Amino acid sequence: MSMEEKVLWFFGGIVALLAVASLTGYVLSRRATGESARATVVNLNQRVNAWWGMVIIIGLSWLIGPIATVVLYAFISLFALREFITLAPTTRADHNALFTAFFILIPLQYILIGTQWYSMFTLLIPVYAFLLLPAIAVLSQETSAFLERTAKVQWGVMVCVYCISHAPALMLLDLKGFAGQNSLLLFYLVFVVQLSDVLQYVFGKLFGKHKVAPLVSPSKTVEGLVGGGLSATLIGGGMYWMTPFSFWQSLGMSLVIVCMGFLGGLVMSAIKRSLSAKDWGTMIKGHGGMLDRMDSICFAAPVFFHFTRYFFSA
Amino acid sequence: MWISNALIPVLRLIIGVTARWESEPDLTRQRIYFANHTSHMDTLAIMAALPAQARRDVKPVAAKDYWGKTRFRAYIAQRGLNAVLIDRAPQVGQNVLEPIMDVVRAGHSIIIFPEGTRSSQALPGPFKSGLFRLAEAFPEVDLVPVYLENLHRSMPKGKHVPLPILCTIRIGKPIVRIAGEAKPEFLDRAREAVVRLAQ
Repeated sequence: MSMEEKVLWFFGGIVALLAVASLTGYVLSRRATGESARATVVNLNQRVNAWWGMVIIIGLSWLIGPIATVVLYAFISLFALREFITLAPTTRADHNALFTAFFILIPLQYILIGTQWYSMFTLLIPVYAFLLLPAIAVLSQETSAFLERTAKVQWGVMVCVYCISHAPALMLLDLKGFAGQNSLLLFYLVFVVQLSDVLQYVFGKLFGKHKVAPLVSPSKTVEGLVGGGLSATLIGGGMYWMTPFSFWQSLGMSLVIVCMGFLGGLVMSAIKRSLSAKDWGTMIKGHGGMLDRMDSICFAAPVFFHFTRYFFSA
Repeated sequence: MWISNALIPVLRLIIGVTARWESEPDLTRQRIYFANHTSHMDTLAIMAALPAQARRDVKPVAAKDYWGKTRFRAYIAQRGLNAVLIDRAPQVGQNVLEPIMDVVRAGHSIIIFPEGTRSSQALPGPFKSGLFRLAEAFPEVDLVPVYLENLHRSMPKGKHVPLPILCTIRIGKPIVRIAGEAKPEFLDRAREAVVRLAQ
C-alpha cells in the first residue's frame, strides 16, 4: 500500500466509526428518558460532534503539509498551557517568566521541530528553560512561595509544551523502511490514545462498578480500564499496517501507549483536583478544555517517541 | 469602530474573554455598566463580551490624563473604543462628570470603572462618588455590575504585554434602586454587587 492509500483507509475508517457513533447518538437521544440519562446522551452527542471537528482539523492540516501539523500542535500547546496557567495561581512576579514560556519557548520548541534540530529539541526545555525560567522569575525579587510558583511554571511548560511537542516530533524520526510516512505514526499515536480514552469511557458507562481511584478521578473504573484498555491495545495491534511495526510489535507499542495514557489522565486529574477544578476549561464542547483531551497524549507521546526511536531507527 | 472590531478577535485568541450573564440581558434599556478595573484591556474585554448590536451604543469612560496624552492614544480611545474622556483633576468649578452626563442624556449606555484607577488586586477597592451621582441624575437607567476575572493576572498594572490567561467577564443583574439611600451605603452596595460576582 502506498502512503496515500494508507491515509485514505485510515481516515475512511474513522469517518465510518464517527458516522456509526453519530447514528447511535441520534437513536439514543430519541429513546433516552429521565434526567440523568438525557444529560449523558446530550454529553455523548457533544463529544461525538467535537470528534468530527477534531478529525477534520487533523485531516486538513495533513493535506496542507508537515508545517501545518507543527503549527497545529504549537497552538494546541498554547491553549493547553493557557488552561494550565489560568488554574495555577501564579502572581505578578511570574509575569516575565510566563511571557518567556508563552511567547518564546512555545514558538522556539516547534521551530526546532520544523527545522529538524533533534538535539536542541530534546534539550531546550529540560535544560535551558529549566534553569532560565526561575532565573527570570528571581529578578522580580518576590521570594514568597518562590519554589511553588517556579514548580507550577515548570510543570506547565514540561507537560503542555515539551511533552505534547513529542507528538509532531515523530516526523523527525528516521525509521527503517518508513521514509516519508512518519505522519502515519502520529495518526497512530493519537488514534490509539483517544480510542483508549473513548473505550474506557464506554466500558465504564456500560459495566463500570469498581472505581480505580475514586479520590482522584471518580469516572475511572476497573472495568473501563481493563475492558477499554485491552480492546484499544488489540485494535492498535491490528493497525500495524500503517506503522513500521509487525503485529506483535504494534500490540506492544499500543499497550505502552494505553498504559501511559491512563497514567497521564490520572496524574493530570490529580493536578486538576489539587487546583480545585473539575475541568481544565470549556474550549471543546462536551469534553471540557484542551487539556482534558490532551492529558493522555502528554504522557504517551514522549514514551512512544523514544521507544520508536530506540528500537526502530534506521 | 474598525479598531475595536479588529482588536476583539485578537483579544479572544489571547485571553478568551468568555461572557457569563447572570440573567438574560435586556439590551433595549439604557445601562451603566460598572466594573472593577485592573488592566488596560478592561474596556475592550467588556466590549467583546457584549453582543455586537449593543456594542455600537456603548461608550466607555476613560481618563483624559492617560488616554489623551498622545495623539495615538487619543485616536485609539476615541475612534477605536468610542470612549468619553474625562478629566480626573478638574479645575475649580468644573464638573468632572459633565462629559459623561452629556453622553447618557444623548441615550448611550456607558462603561465606568468607579474605583477611578487600576488596582492590582482581584477584588475592587472602595468606589468613588461618581457612580452615585450618575445614579441620582439618571434614576431610569439600569445599573449593571460587571466583574472582570483574571485580567489583573493577564496584564497587571505596570506590565505592557498581556499573557494568555483565560479571562471571564461576569455580568450581573441590574442592582435594585433604593429611594433616598445615602451615598456611602449606595457605594458599598454597588461594590458588594461586583464582589459577589467574583465568588
